[in-house]
Amino acid sequence: MSEKSIISARNLSVDFLLSRGFFSENVYLRAIKSVSVEIPKGSFFGLVGESGSGKTTLGRAFLKAVPISDGEVHFNDGDVEYDLEALNKEQLTEYRKRAQLIFQDPYAALSPRMTVRDIIAEPLEVMGITSSREETDERVRDIAAKCRLNLEHLRRFPHAFSGGQRQRISIARALVSNPRFVVADESVAALDVSIQADILNLLKDLQDELDLTYLFISHDLSVVAHVCDHIAVMYLGQLVETAPTRALFSAPRHPYTKALLSAIPSLDPDQRGKAQKLEGEIPSPTNPPSGCKFHTRCPNVHDICRHEEPKLEHAGMEHEVACLRWKELLAE
Amino acid sequence: MTLLKVENLTLQFDTDEGRITAVDGVSFEVNAGEVLGVVGESGSGKSITAKSIMHLNPRNTVYGEDSRIELSLEDGVIDVLSLTRERDMQVVRGGAVSMIFQEPMASFAPAITIGDQMTEQLLLHKDITKKDAVNLSIEMLERVGISDASHRFKQYAFELSGGMRQRAMIAMALSTSPKLLIADEPTTALDVTIQAQVIDLMKDLVEDFGMGIVFITHDLGVIAQTVDRVAVMYLGNIVEQGPVRDVIRDPAHPYTHGLLDALPKLDDLDSPLTPISGDIPSPLERPDGCVFHTRCSRVEPRCSQSAPKMMEFVDNHYGACFVEAEKRGAA
Amino acid sequence: MTDTNTISAGADQKLKEAYFTASQGQLIWSRFKKQKAAMAGAWVLLILILSGLFAPFLTPYSPTLSGRDKDYQNGAPQIPILWDENGFSARPFIYTYERERSFKTNFRWVSTINRDKRRYMTLFPKGEKYTLFGISFERHLFGVDKGKIHIFGTDSTGKDIFSRTLHAINTSLAVGTIGVAIAFVMALIIGGISGYYGGWIDSVLQMITDAIRTVPAIPLFMAIAAFIPSEWSSEERFFFISIVLGFINWPTLARRVRTHLLTERNQEYVLAAQLCGASANHIIRKHLLPSFTSYIIVDLVISFPYMVLSETALSFIGLGLRDPVNSLGVMLQNVTNADVLLNYQWYFIPVIFFIALVLAFVFVGDGLRDAADPYGDTKK
Repeated sequence: MSEKSIISARNLSVDFLLSRGFFSENVYLRAIKSVSVEIPKGSFFGLVGESGSGKTTLGRAFLKAVPISDGEVHFNDGDVEYDLEALNKEQLTEYRKRAQLIFQDPYAALSPRMTVRDIIAEPLEVMGITSSREETDERVRDIAAKCRLNLEHLRRFPHAFSGGQRQRISIARALVSNPRFVVADESVAALDVSIQADILNLLKDLQDELDLTYLFISHDLSVVAHVCDHIAVMYLGQLVETAPTRALFSAPRHPYTKALLSAIPSLDPDQRGKAQKLEGEIPSPTNPPSGCKFHTRCPNVHDICRHEEPKLEHAGMEHEVACLRWKELLAE
Repeated sequence: MTLLKVENLTLQFDTDEGRITAVDGVSFEVNAGEVLGVVGESGSGKSITAKSIMHLNPRNTVYGEDSRIELSLEDGVIDVLSLTRERDMQVVRGGAVSMIFQEPMASFAPAITIGDQMTEQLLLHKDITKKDAVNLSIEMLERVGISDASHRFKQYAFELSGGMRQRAMIAMALSTSPKLLIADEPTTALDVTIQAQVIDLMKDLVEDFGMGIVFITHDLGVIAQTVDRVAVMYLGNIVEQGPVRDVIRDPAHPYTHGLLDALPKLDDLDSPLTPISGDIPSPLERPDGCVFHTRCSRVEPRCSQSAPKMMEFVDNHYGACFVEAEKRGAA
Repeated sequence: MTDTNTISAGADQKLKEAYFTASQGQLIWSRFKKQKAAMAGAWVLLILILSGLFAPFLTPYSPTLSGRDKDYQNGAPQIPILWDENGFSARPFIYTYERERSFKTNFRWVSTINRDKRRYMTLFPKGEKYTLFGISFERHLFGVDKGKIHIFGTDSTGKDIFSRTLHAINTSLAVGTIGVAIAFVMALIIGGISGYYGGWIDSVLQMITDAIRTVPAIPLFMAIAAFIPSEWSSEERFFFISIVLGFINWPTLARRVRTHLLTERNQEYVLAAQLCGASANHIIRKHLLPSFTSYIIVDLVISFPYMVLSETALSFIGLGLRDPVNSLGVMLQNVTNADVLLNYQWYFIPVIFFIALVLAFVFVGDGLRDAADPYGDTKK
């Protein structure tokens, strides 16, 4: 793992048990297959993909919320260094203080029976970070203020707040333990557009103030384009392309990335009919295609794509792509 | 030819916490072969408006006195709100007017095959034999781009993927040749590459069938790519209405303007995202005067005193804002 | 004009703030209050429970043989009145009954009413001693200056039905409480483990639960009744029956606990707590238990009538409690006699009380369920 990365995955695979066979073999779903990616310290790293891409699973794997079936995950924030596949109980507790998650659904992520103050304070109390109630209260007020929550409202219950405000409470809870690495899993997807911008701006400000590294998972490429400095694209459990934002948008190398960008409905009504349409459905993750997983829908498919699995190749400055024909397509 | 005319639709509900005005004086028209987009965020009342067209709202809904919803069909004009008997409404629902929803799983009964449901619907509305109904249904499934349609016909809803289910729902909705299709967030739950396919499909169908579509969504990008005219709703009011090009290029209401500013645009990655200040008020606390004034960047004292009426600014482009009216010299 | 506006705005603001800071319990209570049937049920329940608790005070005589009226067996109810042809009286009174037996009446005891001899009611008279909450008292609520008063009539041995009814309510509630408590504790433990851990533990426990559920109650009771030693006192019998009722009924409750836990366990806020490294104990205590407390209370309230009715049915067929313990079932044991049905209809008065009790529980339970349900109703 490079010096500059806070967390990296190497050949990471995560399997889920679908059914336990009594007389037959267990059936597994390979949610992520052999993913290798590095997240630089201080970056706002975007992870995009459609359903079945495995992006949520990757985020959870980084937080050790799902078991790691194969491969390695290495974490180094300058203070501690961990190999996530082999953490003991103490190390896990310590890691949890440094890596947190912001959820998608502001309505389901907050316990309806606890006051906002208690919700935000819970990580501190559970992880034993503070030693007195005063200390806890102070830290709660501190982070609540940074998240632009009204301190008068800390006594209220979640049902008193709007979607945007609840998301801020969620963010405050994730940040109260002073983590270094935060996974934001579709954190703005459930919000109205006018509020979305507000939360994104808040996340950016907090990053500067608190020196955070974000893994921002989203299906919405336009949102990701605006806030992230680096983007990774996943399809059916594998990483297909990763590049700095500008490079990805100006010069995408993978046919899927190109199709994805093209499918985003443009705000310009005169752009109609110019989008490149992808045919076919997304295959089910339980029954993935052979060779390159994208070959069933790829407009540039050749025979080799059906048999060989592409590996990530270097395609430019910090730009990697997993396509057997990317050089050919560039030349065309 | 005007298919649907909604005039002064006002809807109120009684809840535990008081009387909520969900829709306030909404008026719009849809013509044959035209797609009207209704865009709004949560609490805007767009879904409730759509359901009113099919009279699908709960019994305790209170309609305004001069609210009218008129459907112009082959055998005359029907005043939807005056229909109180279920039987009368059944003729309208699924027959002349069809509706598709955000969550296709919700439309299909899980224990009956897609084919059975489609034929049942057809037999309810058309006077044809069962055999003809089956053939027509399979034809519709093919028309919406479902490959191997005769096989899919015999499958259950859970056997299809999200995109295919949505197409099957469109097929079911269109099999009765409705004059008007109401689509309530039909692409919101779909992946973006599938969304693009479904949008294309709907536009083709409008051309082929000459229907009118009311397309409801919160996604301005989808609106831009799909509709001919758009109505922007906020907290139960239509604040702006007009041809989609005009509304997006030259918004006539601060709310539309704010929405466009808050959206991430792919062609300008550097521009900041500017949120609209404040929060959407709860429907129990509708602001006085102009509903948007509590969050408006150009608010003036008169905005809280009286509610602006819809004014025509340019051809067919209407807005409800005092400040804009003045700016364009239309007041 | 502005003053009243600001005052009402201030009051409004207070209301809003109260709503925002209301805990779940308070919200449920305020929703509950709005339901008329539920509130009516709650009042009736309260009155009945208090009547049961204070039965010895409220009734003039003991419901046992010691309090019986030998001179007035199978007697009709004596309703106090204020006025008759002899004049008005501020104190309610009843008539004197004289019994005679002679050759004329075929040697059957016949009661005649003597309308001239009045017996006036007394307030707080001294009567039989009784103990309530450990303290012994002598005063009862009301009595009569001469003889005895039976406002619901008497049964074949002369025991006052009013007294028996109120004590029976007490007994049934006590049996119900013990039964529900036992069922609840067992349901919490088994349903809790099942719901929280899932997997094979859940499967095994569910199999056990279902097996117990399939055991038919009546034959089981008959078997148990056959084994109860006859030397057991009525109190021992009473506890035993309650415990058995609890054991029979816990599977239903356990299933509900398990279902609640299974749903709540997958909520995102539980995952959030787990990601902080919260222990299972902490999650159960702070997140899961509060979340289903409201539902479980509803389930408990609704199980109560089942316990009461089960005990009634069992006692009625003779498998449950017996004389001298009072319960509705016991009181109904004598009712199948044709003589009773034709002549002594006041034996059925307790039935009205029990119908009221069961209905009250049901209304309150339904009201609670409606009030507890839409807690997360601020979803978009």
